[in-house]
Amino acid sequence: MSGPPNGRKRIAVTDTAIPAVTRTIDARGSFCPGPLMELIRGIKEGQVGDVLAVLSNDKGSKTDIPKWVEKAGHHLIGVFDRGDYDEIVVEKLR
Amino acid sequence: MSDTLNLVLFSGTDDKLQAAAVLTAGAAALGKRVNIFLQYWALDSFRADRIDLDHGLAPEAGEAGRAAVDALRAAGQASWKYTLAQAKELGDVDIQACSLSMDILHIEESDLDPIVDGVEGVTAFYLNADDGEIVFI
Repeated sequence: MSGPPNGRKRIAVTDTAIPAVTRTIDARGSFCPGPLMELIRGIKEGQVGDVLAVLSNDKGSKTDIPKWVEKAGHHLIGVFDRGDYDEIVVEKLR
Repeated sequence: MSDTLNLVLFSGTDDKLQAAAVLTAGAAALGKRVNIFLQYWALDSFRADRIDLDHGLAPEAGEAGRAAVDALRAAGQASWKYTLAQAKELGDVDIQACSLSMDILHIEESDLDPIVDGVEGVTAFYLNADDGEIVFI
């Protein structure tokens, strides 16, 4: 799979397809399961339709957060490799 | 699979309590109810005047383990108390002190950190366990 020219690895959708992010949760420096817990807090505080981006350099986040999103009935917009961290973008559906 | 996870915490060292806190947070994130039953040295670590102190590590940690845990802490790893508090805030987590351990260690309910919800006996713990897994740490 050829990624975009800026070196970002494309996983789910192209960056241009990301809807406007309502809130960015910078969980970099937080260890497992901190980033997921911060996302859950953000989801609880937000409105249906909100798009939340979680920044994490915890290695578990890019597997755990998508699984949680599926289980919790929200929509995973994408997981993006930003070099020394990952950006995981989620839409609150309920 | 039951929607309830039951953790019996016996050991009071920071590494085991950290592992328990992470298991709790993960289960709570998935919507499971988590019942935590504090016995012996784990209960002692939940005393209000001791909960923030260093509780050491399990013997198998050794010097290398100690260094690794210290490095993670210096890098900003949340304490087990914080992780438990976060899990309680976001999910359904109940922390109970074992009444027998309270007697053995001469602990009064007022001695415990407020993160502990109450004191109960082993029968109440089993009744609340709701046929879920019981994990002993």
